[in-house]
Amino acid sequence: MKNAVTARDISHSFGTNRVLNHITFVIPSGEIFGLLGPSGAGKTTLIKLLTGQLKQDSGYAELLGKDTKELSASDHGQIGIMMDSLGLYDRLSVYNNLAFYADIYRVSHNKIADILKGIGLYEARNTAVSKLSKGMKNRLSLARALMNDAGILFLDEPTSGLDPVTTREIHSILREQREKGKTIFLTTHNMFEAESLCDHIALLSEGSIVEYGTPADICRKYNHLNMLRVTLKGGEIISLENSSASALQMKEYLERNAVETIHSTEPTLETVFIELTGKGLD
Amino acid sequence: MHNIIAIFKKQLKDTLKNKTVLIQFVMFPVLTLVMNNTIKIDGMPENFFVNLFATMYIGMAPLTSIAAIVAEEKEQNTLRVLLMSNVKPREYLLGVGSYIWLACMLGALVICAAGSYTIHESIIFMIIMATGILVSLLIGLAIGAWSKTQMMATSISIPVMMIFSFLPMLSMFHTGIAKIAKFTYSEQVSMMLNQVSSLQLEVNNVVILIANIFLFTVLFSFAYKKCGLD
Repeated sequence: MKNAVTARDISHSFGTNRVLNHITFVIPSGEIFGLLGPSGAGKTTLIKLLTGQLKQDSGYAELLGKDTKELSASDHGQIGIMMDSLGLYDRLSVYNNLAFYADIYRVSHNKIADILKGIGLYEARNTAVSKLSKGMKNRLSLARALMNDAGILFLDEPTSGLDPVTTREIHSILREQREKGKTIFLTTHNMFEAESLCDHIALLSEGSIVEYGTPADICRKYNHLNMLRVTLKGGEIISLENSSASALQMKEYLERNAVETIHSTEPTLETVFIELTGKGLD
Repeated sequence: MHNIIAIFKKQLKDTLKNKTVLIQFVMFPVLTLVMNNTIKIDGMPENFFVNLFATMYIGMAPLTSIAAIVAEEKEQNTLRVLLMSNVKPREYLLGVGSYIWLACMLGALVICAAGSYTIHESIIFMIIMATGILVSLLIGLAIGAWSKTQMMATSISIPVMMIFSFLPMLSMFHTGIAKIAKFTYSEQVSMMLNQVSSLQLEVNNVVILIANIFLFTVLFSFAYKKCGLD
């Protein structure tokens, strides 16, 4: 599978402050890639480097087969971006914000209604952006990123500060985009988002990638206990080793119909992150 | 060209809802119409208010509006997003600049209509206004590029605007000020507007205007290189 993004040994500093340190990863086309890290870890800087808004001090980055240092305005027309600061025109209506970008991308205005319906903003199409809620603004910013039907989307904290319902709606839209073959690069500090959405993730801490892989693989890798936690119907909780040695005991509980729940003890991404960095994700 | 037109259209829609910028375009043309038609004083030079407000209009409207628009786009991050969307910086500057230039030219047309000019004089009046507005745009662009926020743009553009708008008027009352003011484009424009019916450009007038254009182009280039558009 062709890679949509390649980052090789990227380092970057602002003055004497090193914000990215030897970053290496690839994103195969058609995947959702999550960059997981706390605020200030370097996520937004990495997006800026990969989209050509900044030039890295050292290392090599490639986007859609092109050196990111050489991206032109027309290359930017091939990507969709949702930035942390949404960059919407507050005085213009929802429709006019998208109409402007439809003109820029040379897209028919007929597409605007479809996108607004898909993103749940059609009813608010004539409302000024300044009057929208944060969730609606996020959705509008996402709608704008979808306007040019780009092959790759860069989404910086797309669900930050949103309620669970809006977050689920945005996740659903992102899954639809993946089904259409789009590559999605998203940054988040929400471990549930990363676990439920992403094909691969990288954990970023203080400018360095401390772990990379699928969410499930990473959790399994750090499952040091490798135990099963069995809750019996009486409320008793029993820990069993996750191996054949526990099979007989497990069989006995099951035959007695005594099992309420069985859970593995593999850690969450946040637990892994804390184990690797000594810090939380928030 | 396509992007320039799109930016022009967007700016038009935005201005209609942006009272602070809209008032810049409308205030002096309306003032000229009102003052010119209501105040008649014996011995007052012909087209006195037209020339006075035309010079002030040149010094204020294009300068403050373009500085505010560019700085606001930088502050709100709309410009960064736009430049990540197949739009080149020069297309943005041309789109916004051409919009403000044209809007100011419409205002200039109203001011011109308030004066008692022949068609030939009106054409000369509009050419002088077009040149003055262009120089003010360069100053406003330099301020907009330099400023990170709208507040910063306002705090820079107000004193600059006051200097260029009021120098021609102050130089009428003080010969010392007049000696310095003659090196500014607004004073040159004011002098030309006062002679619309018998305009005879001298070399030094043209040289001062070109020097002003050159100076403010250099200033804008410096601000753009130093701060960019984001």
